[in-house]
Amino acid sequence: MRYLLAVLALAALATLPMVFGDYGTGMLVGLAGYVTLATSWAMFSGPTRYISLATVAFFGVGAYTVAVLNEVLPYPLVLLAAAGIGATMALLVGLSTLRLAGIYFVIFSFGLAELVRQLITWFEVNVTGTLGRYIFLDLEAKHIFWQLLALGAATLALSAWIRRSRLGLALRVIGDDETVAAHSGINLARTKLVLFVASATIITLVGAIQAPRWVYVEPSIVFNPTVSFLTVIMALLGGATRLWGPLCGAVPLFLLFEWLSARFPDHFSILLGLMFMAVVYALPDGVLAALEKFRSKGNGNSATKPAKEANA
Amino acid sequence: MFLSTLFLGLVLGGTYALLALGLSLQYGIARIMNLAYGEFMLLACFAVTMMFTSWGLGPLWGLLIVVPLGYALGWIIHTVMMRPLIKRSGGGGRLEVDTILATFGLLFVVQGLMLVTFGSDFTSYSYLNQGIGILGTTIAANRLIAFVVSLVIGFGLYAMLIRTRWGRALRAVSLAPDSAYLVGIDVGKLGRQGFALGGALAAAGGALVSMFQTFSATDGVVFTMKALIVVIMGGVGNILGALIAGLLLGLAETFVAAFIDPGLTMAATYTMFLAVLLWRPTGLFGKAGG
Amino acid sequence: MSQNTRRAVLRALPLAMVSALALSAPLAAQEDPVTIGYAVSKSGPNATGAGITTIPNYELWVKEVNEAGGLEMPDGSRRPIEVVEYDDRSSAEDLVRAIERLATQDKVDLILPPWGTGGNLAIAPLMDRFGYPQLAVTSVTDMAPEFAKRWDRSFWMLGGGHDYATALVETLAAAKEAGTINDKVAMISVADGFGIDLVKAARPAFEEAGFELVYDESYPLGTSDFAAILNEVQGSGADSFVAFSYPPGSFGVTKQAMTAGFNPKVFYIGVGGAFPVYGKITEGKQEGVMSIGGVDAMSPAIEEYFAKHTSVIGNPPDSWASAITYASLEMLEEAVKRVGLDHEALAGELSTGSFDTVIGEVKLEDNQLRKLWWVGQWQGEHFVAVSPADREGAAAPVIPKPEW
Repeated sequence: MRYLLAVLALAALATLPMVFGDYGTGMLVGLAGYVTLATSWAMFSGPTRYISLATVAFFGVGAYTVAVLNEVLPYPLVLLAAAGIGATMALLVGLSTLRLAGIYFVIFSFGLAELVRQLITWFEVNVTGTLGRYIFLDLEAKHIFWQLLALGAATLALSAWIRRSRLGLALRVIGDDETVAAHSGINLARTKLVLFVASATIITLVGAIQAPRWVYVEPSIVFNPTVSFLTVIMALLGGATRLWGPLCGAVPLFLLFEWLSARFPDHFSILLGLMFMAVVYALPDGVLAALEKFRSKGNGNSATKPAKEANA
Repeated sequence: MFLSTLFLGLVLGGTYALLALGLSLQYGIARIMNLAYGEFMLLACFAVTMMFTSWGLGPLWGLLIVVPLGYALGWIIHTVMMRPLIKRSGGGGRLEVDTILATFGLLFVVQGLMLVTFGSDFTSYSYLNQGIGILGTTIAANRLIAFVVSLVIGFGLYAMLIRTRWGRALRAVSLAPDSAYLVGIDVGKLGRQGFALGGALAAAGGALVSMFQTFSATDGVVFTMKALIVVIMGGVGNILGALIAGLLLGLAETFVAAFIDPGLTMAATYTMFLAVLLWRPTGLFGKAGG
Repeated sequence: MSQNTRRAVLRALPLAMVSALALSAPLAAQEDPVTIGYAVSKSGPNATGAGITTIPNYELWVKEVNEAGGLEMPDGSRRPIEVVEYDDRSSAEDLVRAIERLATQDKVDLILPPWGTGGNLAIAPLMDRFGYPQLAVTSVTDMAPEFAKRWDRSFWMLGGGHDYATALVETLAAAKEAGTINDKVAMISVADGFGIDLVKAARPAFEEAGFELVYDESYPLGTSDFAAILNEVQGSGADSFVAFSYPPGSFGVTKQAMTAGFNPKVFYIGVGGAFPVYGKITEGKQEGVMSIGGVDAMSPAIEEYFAKHTSVIGNPPDSWASAITYASLEMLEEAVKRVGLDHEALAGELSTGSFDTVIGEVKLEDNQLRKLWWVGQWQGEHFVAVSPADREGAAAPVIPKPEW
């Protein structure tokens, strides 16, 4: 029954481009992109509490792979290659860095994004001699939306599955206390690594799927750090430890930003900053937690609600 | 060739160290990762530039004005913005995430305000840009001054932390925030002072950097990033470490540019940074301290 | 759920927004305005470039047209311009969406292009699909001829890297023939699309003209310290120093050269050299510095344009793409006057008509502006054009450059 509902909901979402027209479809692309990014980010960062700013490193690699390969390989193979490259990179990075913690991991992940960008630039300049690349693929916004929708749904499904599996249990223990987790026989390193690779592969794919929208690609365009920052704030706003949290953060924030940039084109930065602060001060545990608190105050049955949310 | 490269690298490194000292203090003592750090440097850049171009007040005199202002601004931000977060977190790892997000918001607000006030154009003025010949190379007088000042500030701070009572109390907070209160230290107050002192250093850094670098309202992130790298490499809260890490970074960039390929300077920076992190996750100079 | 969430966020919105509302109150509705939309970078890394070249000219032009009573239509009536502007936050995805919004949601009459090569390419397929003419000004690309064919309502008005690089080589070759400079060139380039385009064209051109490249390296975007690089260049024995640079790097190189007392006979920098701020960077010693672009400083139209830009915007325009941006708007204005707002007719008129603008008479060739100034030089108060040398209004280059 639940699966049927999910399929129906997906089908309904997939028809939206027909209803909304071009601008609406553009919005859907952005929405689906950020929902997927935030959800996959939270897949790793939520339970482990590692704040990763490396999102754009993988996102950019995905976009760049498409830019490099779009003329030599058929499109599905290009996506496959992007996923492969993203996974390999995540595996290498994960193997070497997941023992870092706290602020060190935050800064490391940011540095990683910059390093990747610098290396690609250097390689293009010195080896291939072309820096800007063109993507002429016959993909319209709605095609991109459908792909992102499928990827987003798969990401949510994967997240839901992980939460119920042994892996999810292990993760919750890690998030609560690494020492306890280690003592109860959980292989910390491997668990973290698996999640990191899965999350990074999805992020790479998001970049790969979105790239044809931009036609022209160069490192300063695809390695735009704002992507990393927005992903983090969206996931945290919704609540990174919940299945639907990132989605509930990404959708309203995205719409809000869209509205802000149109209504106040000169003051976007200021309003964005104030928004961030509002999240930190007013909604410290994310929107979902705040809603629950609000509701439990209202009807006094706080015990059942969180469980329901988590499984929803 | 080697000597002149060495010298150029040291001077560049001095600038990096200067960028990082304030951030190192703020994170080391107040436990607040201030991502809006570069924006505060930029505020000082703009302030000094305005004083110089409209009043003819040299940046070195401007320093005397912006440094106290930086202290005051740091103090205010800590009191208004950070204290509620510290209270809420009760000293856990929670604080780290909260302050990162809050200062990240602050970054955008300050950047937006600067864009509205000063516009997006490049800003620059010229002050003591004459070359001085040293060791077979020529170096701008303003860069040399910045280098010397950063060494003076760095070692001065170090001496202060080691020698004075206040400095020892600050170090105690930095080393053992949970138990410092046991020996009668007001952790909250010293944290605030450490943060404000970091603000003063940011202002000093901004004022000095503005003498030789063209800047625009959106450049703050660049400063913050360089500072972060140096701070993390040197070991959080470690003033001497930040100084040495800054110098090392400058040397690395200059030597790569001179002997390998200028195209790889940034890559070299990040590689070095990542390597240090992997090899010694707490930075080159271990745990926090003087 | 999402409805609730949104409300929760909106509730948390800062009060500041209320005060900001006052700023964006729409102009008092006039009769039947022409809506013109644009999405440019008002925040993020591209804000600097857009803020120097693109936005001031849009604002200047709109103000002038509206003060004159509005855009003139073929029937002689005038309709005021109403602007719809968005901030693309320097992100290609946001830019693309903003164009979709302008075209299908706001249904604006005309769309002005964003700043930058990447931005113009990102929106080109959309502009084509929605049928809007695109006057891509701040876009330097060697593929312009192909793009003009691919999207037949796109117009490319700033040439390609190849043009700038070969013109520079020609200018230097003439000086070498005259015996003023030796055959050694030291060249650095910024590692981004722009720098690479230029350096790729310059390398073979220099060799063909009999120059020897004694130093040829690229440096990463964001480099602020050029001491090590210039140290080596200084020892290379080259009379000509060429930097295909980007601001603020162009300024960093200049300052470092001044400090180090590096006085090559030819000192060339990339983007930024033609900016008004350059005089401040050099403390007024910019005489003889060469860079991209240039204007015919003797032309009364340019003089008048500089004067009104200075009085309306508060500072003079840059001497490269600003005048061309303004000229593209004049073309649009004139084309609307001739054929109205129909996109097809407008595109046809822009493509085939000839227009009287601040940069002289403009007639596009295969949808591209080819009558451009490729190399300019600071001479006195002005950044004057020196190449192509045979075009009317060109000044003779001053080589060797006087010492700093």
